[in-house]
Amino acid sequence: MARVKTAEWNKAEGNGFDVARVRENFPILGETVHGKPLVYLDNAATAQKPRAVIERVARYYETENSNIHRGVHRLSEQATRAYEDARAAVRRFLNAAHDREIVFVRGATEAINLVARCYGGANLEAGDEVVISAMEHHSNIVPWQLICQEKGAVLRVIPVDDRGDVVMEDYHRLLGPRTRIVALPHVSNALGTVNPVKEMIADAHRAGVPVLIDGAQGAPHAGVDVQDLDCDFYAFSSHKLYGPTGVGVLYGKAGLLEAMPPYQGGGDMILTVSFEATEYNALPYKFEAGTPNIAGVIGLGAAVEYLAGLGIEAVAAHEDRVLAYAVERLTSMPGLRLIGTPERRASLVSFVFGDVHAHDIGTILDQDGIAVRTGHHCAMPVMDRFCVPATVRASFACYNTEAEVDALAEGLDKVRRLFDGV
Amino acid sequence: MSDLRDLYQELILDHNRRPRNFGPLAEANRSARGVNPLCGDKVAVHLHVEGDRVKKVSFEGTGCAISIASASVMTESLKEQSCDAARDLFERFHRMVAADDGQGADGDGMGKLAAFAGVRDYPARVKCATLAWHTLRAALDGEDKAVSTE
Repeated sequence: MARVKTAEWNKAEGNGFDVARVRENFPILGETVHGKPLVYLDNAATAQKPRAVIERVARYYETENSNIHRGVHRLSEQATRAYEDARAAVRRFLNAAHDREIVFVRGATEAINLVARCYGGANLEAGDEVVISAMEHHSNIVPWQLICQEKGAVLRVIPVDDRGDVVMEDYHRLLGPRTRIVALPHVSNALGTVNPVKEMIADAHRAGVPVLIDGAQGAPHAGVDVQDLDCDFYAFSSHKLYGPTGVGVLYGKAGLLEAMPPYQGGGDMILTVSFEATEYNALPYKFEAGTPNIAGVIGLGAAVEYLAGLGIEAVAAHEDRVLAYAVERLTSMPGLRLIGTPERRASLVSFVFGDVHAHDIGTILDQDGIAVRTGHHCAMPVMDRFCVPATVRASFACYNTEAEVDALAEGLDKVRRLFDGV
Repeated sequence: MSDLRDLYQELILDHNRRPRNFGPLAEANRSARGVNPLCGDKVAVHLHVEGDRVKKVSFEGTGCAISIASASVMTESLKEQSCDAARDLFERFHRMVAADDGQGADGDGMGKLAAFAGVRDYPARVKCATLAWHTLRAALDGEDKAVSTE
């Protein structure tokens, strides 16, 4: 099995991206699973953490731990600076105009819930419409369903074609006088589709409608410039971007965030409190009630700086090479059918293999140390659309290699043998 | 490392390929549906119960080899059993694949059901093997709601 030939990986890579060296930055990649080297292809679920992130979080706890935005003592000043430096790092990563447009939350899910609750809550009335697509993760469906139910608003869904692309004519038709917000995934977590979000945002804006982009899969792979996209909100999770779990980011245009009511009440989000009235704090603190995940935010700051150090474009080019090889290698296997063959793909392939259920495939691959995701990927409507109960998903990150794709293909050959030919 | 063949025994592969008692049951007087929300596996178990005896049983659904085979072998083991015996079999099957104390883990006296003893070594798959059984219990109890492995 050609799995540990780092020198060969090295040679195979063009453009100076040294994947062998990148792999050395991720301690977990040295682990074995069932006695085999770990082949981690479940990055769309969560990415592994580079030493730079792990050590930054440890350093915070070992030398800086204290609460932020309140103490006048030295540690609190240090922690506050590190926390706000992370905000600035995220602002640079997204190319947002202002630090105050970066709100730290628990994850992409909470970011979307915040917008649904605060923007939707303030702007939706009975009969109004929210437009999403048929390829959403449940996180970009359920928060909108909740607020629509509460307000008597209607959820409208842009269909997806057989390849896994949104049907643009239907999208344009759905943008109507009652549309109050559009929420779309940058990259589909179940299909790998890269949506033409810039174009779709411009279309919505022509109709006077703001757009939220669910960037959970987009931020780690697509390279995000919120000003170029002109999106009104952008949500992503730290842990899929090599950062700690429990932290995410809501980017929002300052004007929209300012007009929205707070999400939660508590400390840090206020200027003055009396029993008669409370004056809310300025952005972004208005949306950051309570002591935040300080270590997580600082870790996220380290993650985006790590990624910037690698070069987001170099990473994307490397991932695209591995992905193209995976698509080529997998589609050459008899009985294997890709679910989603979109015009533009990023970071992942979803597939079914003969009539072997995804879970059985997942268990068999795991015996060879290969971690993939199996199931509905929290996107049950996508499974229904493509008439499959579940798929196997292999998703790639900066440290994955063509040799790991070979290992996946060899594992699938083993599945075929066990299940008597597929 | 446990051998994959301990999990995917020939009996399991066979019942997955050709599930027995698969389909609706016209005479059914008790039915229940089960879902595993984590993976989307779905199963319906139909029983024709006369007095205290399971006269006929069938199942329908989609799922992995473990869950389909488990449902299929389950239907074979239930016919002409009393409802109490069926409940007892549920308990013994559950102990075999999941009990912390390892009691009954060898599947002694379980007949064909012992083929599922290997599931114990794959904790993530225990729910696959037990979904049909949970659904059976709901059908026996006459619960008209979907059961969930969660």
